[in-house]
Amino acid sequence: MISFTLWDMTRHLLVGAGWTIVLSVIAFVFGGAMGLAVLCVRISANPRLQRFGMAYIEFFQDTPLLMQFFLIFFGLALFGVDISPLFAAMLGLTLFTSAYLAEIWRGCVESLPKGQWEASACLAMSRWEQLRHVILPQALRIAVPPTVGFSVQVVKGTAVASIIGFVEITKTGTMIANATFRPLTVYALVALGYFLMCYPLSVAARRVERRLHAAGRR
Amino acid sequence: MPLVDVNELHKQFGENEVLRGVNLTVEEGDVVAVIGRSGSGKSTFLRILNGLETFDAGHVRIDGERISGLESDLRPLRRKVGMVFQQFNLFPHLTAGENVMLAPRVVKKESPVEVKALAEEMLGRVGLGDKFGAFPDQLSGGQQQRVAIARALAMRPRMLLCDEITSALDPELVGEVLEVVRQLAAEGMTLIMVTHEMRFAREVGNKLVFMHKGKVHEAGDPKSLFANPRTPELASFIQSVG
Repeated sequence: MISFTLWDMTRHLLVGAGWTIVLSVIAFVFGGAMGLAVLCVRISANPRLQRFGMAYIEFFQDTPLLMQFFLIFFGLALFGVDISPLFAAMLGLTLFTSAYLAEIWRGCVESLPKGQWEASACLAMSRWEQLRHVILPQALRIAVPPTVGFSVQVVKGTAVASIIGFVEITKTGTMIANATFRPLTVYALVALGYFLMCYPLSVAARRVERRLHAAGRR
Repeated sequence: MPLVDVNELHKQFGENEVLRGVNLTVEEGDVVAVIGRSGSGKSTFLRILNGLETFDAGHVRIDGERISGLESDLRPLRRKVGMVFQQFNLFPHLTAGENVMLAPRVVKKESPVEVKALAEEMLGRVGLGDKFGAFPDQLSGGQQQRVAIARALAMRPRMLLCDEITSALDPELVGEVLEVVRQLAAEGMTLIMVTHEMRFAREVGNKLVFMHKGKVHEAGDPKSLFANPRTPELASFIQSVG
C-alpha cells in the first residue's frame, strides 16, 4: 500500500477538479449554443420540426445520462469511430445540456405575453425577425436565473464521465480510494470539492434572480 | 375600388359561431367606428382584417387583394394594415424610439439615419418627441399607447386598425390618445376602430357599424344613427352605454 497524506489526496483531487471544470465549461458553452438551435426547432412554426425538437428533448430528459454516455462511447465504437473518453464525455454532456436548456428556454419564451408575438407580426416581421428582435431578447433575460441554476446540474453530471474512464474529480477519487483503502475520507473530499464548485453557482443564480426582480426592466 | 371589401364573412370558434355573414366596405379615408356588445364579434372581425385570425367562409379583400388563411405569407398585407391593441404591446426591452424604429429597420431595411429621423417625426406626431429614450415602463398608459400608434404609423400603413385602444387606460388618460386619433382622422388616415367611446364614434367617425350577434346589424352615418336608430337592438345598446 502506498502511503498517502491528506495533502497528497487533495493535490490529486484538485487536478481532477480542474478537469471537472474544463468538462463543465465545454458542456455548458457548446450545450448552450446547441440548446439555442434546439429551442428554435422546438418553437418553429412547422409542426413536424416542433415534434422533432420535442422528441429530442424527451429522449435526453427521460433516459439516464449514464446510458447516453454508454450509447455514445460504445455506439460510436461499433461504427468504427474510436473516440477518447474526453470526447465522449464532452459530446454526451453537450447533448444532455442542450436538451435541458432548450426546455428551460422554451418555458421562458412561452411565458411572454401573446401580445408580443401579435404586435411584432402586425409590423410585418417574419418569424425569424420576431424571434431575433422581440421574443428571444426578452425570453433570454428571464432565462438567466434558471440557466445559471441548471449549470449546477451540469457540474454534477460530469461525475458520470468517470464511468467511461475520464479522469475528473470522481474518477480521481475512486483511484485514490482503491489505493489507500480510505474511501470515506476520499469521497468526503470529493463531495466537498463538488460543493465548492456548485455553491457559488447557486448563490449567483439567486443573486441574478433578485436583481432581475428588483430591476424588472430591460 | 374600396380599400376593404368584406363579403359574407363567417367564423366559428368550435361550436361558437362568432361571425355569421359580415358584409362591409371601407373606402380610402373612411373613419369607421365599430360598436356593439361584448361577444358581438367586433374584435374577431377586426383581427381577421390583418390575418391575426383565420375565417371559415366568405371573402376579404384588402386593397384589391384577397386574404386567406394563416398558411399564406401575410407580410405584404401587414405592411399595408397597421394595428394598435388594447394592451399597447410595446416591446418592453426597447426604448420608445427603438420600438418605433424596429420594423422600418428590420422589415423595410431603411438606413439608420432615415429610421431615426422617421421615429423622431412619428413620436413628434403623437406629442412624445421628448420621450425617444424612455423605456415603456417609464411611461404612463396614455403615453405607451401613443408610442404604439407612432410605431404602427412608422410603417406608413394604408390603414390603421384600433382594437379598443382606450379600454385599458385610466379615464384621465383616454383624452390624449383620442386626440391623436382625431388628428390622424383629420389628416385623412383610413381608420377602423372597435370602440366603447360613443361620443368619439359619433364625432370623429364618418361611418358607424353596429355589430350584433355576428352580423352588421346597422351601418351608416354616425350622427343620424345615434339620433334615430332604425332597430330596437341599436336603440337599446345606445341607451345602455349612454
